[in-house]
Amino acid sequence: MARAELMDFDAALELFEPVIGLEVHVELNTKTKMFSAAPNPANAEFHVADPNTLVTPVCLGLPGSLPVVNGQAVRYSISLGLALGCEIAPSSRFARKNYFYPDLAKNYQISQYDEPIAFDGSVEVELENGRSFTVPIERAHMEEDAGKLTHVGGSTGRIQGAEYSLVDYNRAGVPLVEIVTRPIIGAEADAPALARAYVATIRDIVRSLGISEARMERGNLRCDANVSLRPRGQEKLGTRTETKNVNSMRSVERAVRYEIQRQAAILAKGGSIIQETRHWHEDTGTTSAGRPKSDADDYRYFPEPDLLPVVPTRELIEELRASLPEPPAARRRRLKDEWGFTDLEFKDVVNGGLLAEVTETIAAGASPAAARKWWTGELTRVANAEGRDAAELATPAQVAELAALIESGVLTDRLARQVLEGVAAGEGSPQQIVEARGLSVVSDDGALISAIDDALASQPDVLAKIRDGKVQAAGAVIGAVMKAMHGKADAARVRELVLERAQG
Amino acid sequence: MSEINAEQVAHLANLARIALTDEEIEHLTKELAQIMHAVEQVSEVATPDVPPTNHPIPLKNVFRDDVVGHTLTVDEALSGAPESDGSRFVVSAILGEEQ
Repeated sequence: MARAELMDFDAALELFEPVIGLEVHVELNTKTKMFSAAPNPANAEFHVADPNTLVTPVCLGLPGSLPVVNGQAVRYSISLGLALGCEIAPSSRFARKNYFYPDLAKNYQISQYDEPIAFDGSVEVELENGRSFTVPIERAHMEEDAGKLTHVGGSTGRIQGAEYSLVDYNRAGVPLVEIVTRPIIGAEADAPALARAYVATIRDIVRSLGISEARMERGNLRCDANVSLRPRGQEKLGTRTETKNVNSMRSVERAVRYEIQRQAAILAKGGSIIQETRHWHEDTGTTSAGRPKSDADDYRYFPEPDLLPVVPTRELIEELRASLPEPPAARRRRLKDEWGFTDLEFKDVVNGGLLAEVTETIAAGASPAAARKWWTGELTRVANAEGRDAAELATPAQVAELAALIESGVLTDRLARQVLEGVAAGEGSPQQIVEARGLSVVSDDGALISAIDDALASQPDVLAKIRDGKVQAAGAVIGAVMKAMHGKADAARVRELVLERAQG
Repeated sequence: MSEINAEQVAHLANLARIALTDEEIEHLTKELAQIMHAVEQVSEVATPDVPPTNHPIPLKNVFRDDVVGHTLTVDEALSGAPESDGSRFVVSAILGEEQ
């Protein structure tokens, strides 16, 4: 595949105005699926399951099976709609979106079309540079997720050239809410950063509502990014592309930026943009052409005859509204005060998209300082180096456990970094890794004293200096002891013991 | 309502992944046109003061509790599959793209 020509980002912005639109799919973490009593793999309890074991006749579209709406999924969807500042439809219905692809066995997806559960909202989004945007929300509707296909054979493992495909319907029917923005105009050079910040904000909202695990790497939260350019001074929106498969916040930003540069290069040469879906490739940081975007007509939407309208009562809506968590901006101000962070410290957390991680780590028992330090420090460093999101590397519970191990003296910061490496590699909980890798601090004074005596004996000049009261000379011995203990000792304790032994 | 033509029938057949001969398309175009005309008669009585019917039975808000129920075993799930690898359905090479 030939690499597309790109225009310099700043040059692109001089000629064109970027307009973006974002579709975010949120997998709800209800116990069961949207239309059947099968366990929901997007709920933490059912993450691990063999293929086709979380299925019922409804998930497989077997003849005679009928869907029934999960009431909890409806309540979650209404809560999300309210949190997005949306109107809740007095009456809402489901629709069939017809398409022929084996990721759903019925040959249609149950979605909502003309009567979504929620519409006309807005979300406040703050950028790293301090700018803040109101992102207009067009609608949020309920639908079901599709099954997972694995393409086998062929040279690339991709769709083209596959000899056959394997289908697992565990994910088929997982409750989804799709949140669709209106075209976002005026972000200019901040468009890529805004796309990322918007997804981070949605993630924080659904997490604070407790309605989704919201882990992008697991596909709980997925973003399709629409990008179009219009020449400066033109009123009419340009032709858009829709980039799919964007599965980290970092990629959302990169994909929008890439599309701006790619489209600008084509338009500047007098070419035109084809309205199509594009696939994001994480490895190369590029997009490639997918299918031409079909008209909504081709989906032959029609009202789902197997389901009844959803008519939420005013009482239900008000009950859900009353139990909403506080709005994100107010919440941020409160948390900053509670945690006692400086402006800069708090900004690090928010800009890193780590507010939810830090909040949950503190809730799991860590001190605010420790939670901030590990998330914005080591985890962010490793994430940047590996081109991933920090949230993919560890869970808040794991970081809290790590902090507790440091607090109780089992780990030093240095050892803790090694433990984190193990956590990121999926080796288990911090405690398990400490045991498996033998990483805990040597707290046995006997072992330390023996190493100290060896070090003192091999450096008699240092010993003499310490005895003369030149306590800072002890550094050389401490270093030798730490080395002998492979770093698995508490330096402060070693220092105490060195001074004690030197006097003895 | 607009007339249905052979091109539209061919397009629909393609969307449904049904191979049709020219003769079949011609035949179906006529049949579908007749069906459309029959259905069209509804518009004679559907005046603006008649709200569209969502559902033949006037019910709403039929919900299920969020409680896990009976699931199929993998063998049961795959029992009707023309082909499987023991845990997943095998389908032939997929032309076209994911939706």
